[in-house]
Amino acid sequence: MSTTTVTAPAARRAVSGKKTDPLRARRRRRLSQWGFIAPAVVFMLLFFGYPLVRNVVMSFQHYSPSTFFDGKAPFNGTDNWSKVFKDDLFGKALWHTIVFTIGSLIGQFGVGLALAVFFTKRFPLNGFLRSLILLPWLVPMVVSGIVWRRILDQDTGVLNSFADTLGLGGHTPWLTSPGMALFSVILVNIWIGIPFNMVILYGGLQEIPKELYEAASLDGASAWRTFRSITLPLLKPVITVVLVLGFMSTIKILDLILALTDGGPADSTQTLGTLTYQNSFVQLDFGAGAVVGNVLILISAVFAVFYLRANRSEGK
Amino acid sequence: MAPLTVVSVLVAGAALAGCGQQRDANVYTVLNSSTDDSYHGWDAATLGRCSKQLGISIEQQSVPAAQVMTKSLRMASSKSLPDVIQFDASEMPTFAEAGGLVDLRSLGLSTRDIPKGIVDFGSYKGTYYGAARTVNTLALFYNKDILDKAGLQVPTTWAEMKETAKKLTRGKQYGIALSAGGAEDGVFQFTPFMWSNGGDETDLATKNVAGALDYWKGLLKDGSLSKSTVNWTQADVNDQFMAGNAAMMINGPWQVETLNTKKNLHWQIARIPVPKAGDASVGPLGGAILTIPNTGDTAREKTAAKIVQCMSSEKEQISYARNSWMVPANEKAAAIWRKEVPELDALADQVATARSRTTKVGARWTSVSLALQSAFQSALTGQNSEAALKKAQARATSGN
Repeated sequence: MSTTTVTAPAARRAVSGKKTDPLRARRRRRLSQWGFIAPAVVFMLLFFGYPLVRNVVMSFQHYSPSTFFDGKAPFNGTDNWSKVFKDDLFGKALWHTIVFTIGSLIGQFGVGLALAVFFTKRFPLNGFLRSLILLPWLVPMVVSGIVWRRILDQDTGVLNSFADTLGLGGHTPWLTSPGMALFSVILVNIWIGIPFNMVILYGGLQEIPKELYEAASLDGASAWRTFRSITLPLLKPVITVVLVLGFMSTIKILDLILALTDGGPADSTQTLGTLTYQNSFVQLDFGAGAVVGNVLILISAVFAVFYLRANRSEGK
Repeated sequence: MAPLTVVSVLVAGAALAGCGQQRDANVYTVLNSSTDDSYHGWDAATLGRCSKQLGISIEQQSVPAAQVMTKSLRMASSKSLPDVIQFDASEMPTFAEAGGLVDLRSLGLSTRDIPKGIVDFGSYKGTYYGAARTVNTLALFYNKDILDKAGLQVPTTWAEMKETAKKLTRGKQYGIALSAGGAEDGVFQFTPFMWSNGGDETDLATKNVAGALDYWKGLLKDGSLSKSTVNWTQADVNDQFMAGNAAMMINGPWQVETLNTKKNLHWQIARIPVPKAGDASVGPLGGAILTIPNTGDTAREKTAAKIVQCMSSEKEQISYARNSWMVPANEKAAAIWRKEVPELDALADQVATARSRTTKVGARWTSVSLALQSAFQSALTGQNSEAALKKAQARATSGN
C-alpha cells in the first residue's frame, strides 16, 4: 500500500519532466523546499531573532520610563555594562547563580535517576507511588514557593517543629540566615525538579532492551557493573537531554526565589534572574536589566553549543 | 431620572464623537490594583454610582499591584492609556517624571478641605497629579487580653516598648512582630523608626538612621522579635499576630478586615512608640492616588477629571474608608469617619503627622528603598549597622 502511494507521484513527475525543462523543475523544487522552511524561519526571526537583537541593542541604550512616551532611547555606549559590572551585587548574583544551578542539577538528577531505577522494579503500588511523586511537578512554582516558605519558617515552620520533636534542636534558620538561605532555596528547587528528571529517565530506561540485562545476569555481572556498563551508556542521550533542559530552566529561575526569599536576606539569594527583574521592573532601568539578561543568554548559548556538539557526535 | 440619563448620554456622546478614534467614545477605563475580591467589589460599586451620576460607562481593569507601573508604561508606548490610573503614591513620581500625568488643578480639580500633607502626597515637584481617596499609615496593634493579663501598659516610648516586648516574650509567643522582609513592606515598616529618630532617606549613613536600626537589632537580641522577621511580609506579621505568636505588631489598617474575622481576638491600636517621651511619632503615609494619564485628548481628560472628582468625593471617601478601614483624605470626611470608628482614632492621629516617602527623593525612592532593604537585612543578620548603612548610602547614590 505504502509503496504505491510513494511511487505514483514520482512516476507522474518523470512523465511530465519530459515536457518542462529540467532547470525549471529543479528551481520549482527548490522553491517548494523553501516554502516549507519559510514559516519556521519567519517564526524564528520574529519570536527569537527580534527580541534577542532588541535586548542586545537595549543594553547599549539609556532606556527609561520616559522612553515609553517619547520613544527616545539615546545610545550611551557601554555605560550600562560598566554600571552593572561595577556593582558588587552582580558578582554576588553570578556566584549564587552558579552554585544554585550546579547544586540543583546534581540533586535533581541524582535523586531522579535513583528513583527512576527504583521504579523499574516490579512491586505493589508501583504506579500509584510513581504518580504521587509527580505531584511537585503539577504545583505552580509560586505556590510551591509560598508553601515552602511556611514549612521552612524558623519559629513556626513544620520542619523545625518536626526536628524539635525528634530532639534535633529545631532552630535551623533555613531562610533567615544569609549563610543558609541559598542552600534552602536549592533544596526546594531540587524537590521541584525531581519529578521531571525521574519521568524522562524512567522513559529512557524503558527503551533499554530487557535481553541485555538477561545476558548480563547470565554472565554473572553485579548490579553495579550492569548499571555502569549497560544502563548508563544506553541512557546517555536521555541524560544529555535531561541535564541540558534542567540547566536551561534552572539558570533563569526567578519566581521560586521571589516567593521564597525575595532575593534576601541581605541579597544572599540574588541570582542573575532576580537581578534582571529588579533592574528592569523594580528600578525601571531597562538598559541595566538588558545587560544582565544578555549575560544569561550568553551562558545559555555556550551550553546550547555543547549540547549540539554532543548530539552531533552521537549521530555519527 | 431615566430621560435625564438618556439626554446626558446623548450629550456626552455628541461631545466625544469627534475625538475618540481608537477609544470607545462612551466607555471610560480605570486601571487599578484591586484584584482582591472585596476591593474589586467596592470599586465596582463606586464606579457604578459615578457612571450613573456622569451618564457614562466606566470600566474597571485590575492588575496585581506590582504590575500597575509596567502595564501603564506598555499602554503608554502603544498609545492605549486608560483614562484614570490608580498608582501607589510611591510610584507616581516615576510616571510623572516621564511626562505621563496631567496636572489635576489644570483640569479643575480643587484641593479645598484636603490637608496639606495629603496634597503633597499626591504631588510631584509642586504639581498636584494625584487625588487620594483614603490614606493609611502604620500603627502599633496590640492584643488587649495578653497585655491586661500581664498587667502591662501600652508602650509609648522605645524603652517602654523594649521592656514590654521582653516581658511578653514567653514560650512560643514573641513580644512584638514586624516585617523586615526584602521588599517595600520592610522599608515601609522601618521608616517610622528612622524618621521618629531624626533620620532621613536623603542620607542613610547617619547616626540617627543607625540608631533606629540598632533599636531593631536590640529587639532581636532580646529575643522579643523573631529571627524570621527578615523573611516576613506585612501579611505574614498579621498571621503571626492572629495566631497568638506575637503580643504586639506594627501593621496597617488594611489588615483589619482579616483581623476581624477572628472573633475572640481583642486587638487595639496605638501610635508607634517614639525614642523619647515628647518626640513626634512620624509614620509613613501610604495609599493609592487617582491620576489622569497624559493622552493628549483634552475632552476625554476633562471627563476623566469628573470621574476622579466623583471617586474622591466626600461621600465616596467615607464609603471606601468604611469598607477598607483606611482614613479619608478629606478633612470633613475624616471627621465624620472618626466618629464612626473611634477604635481607629490612633490611626487618624498618626495619619495627621505622617510623611510621604517620595517628597524628598522623588523618583529616586526605589533606589533608596532597595539599598535600605539590603542594609537592614545585613544588620539584622549580624553586620554592624553603621557599616551596612554606609554601604547602602553609596549604593543609593550610584543608582544601583
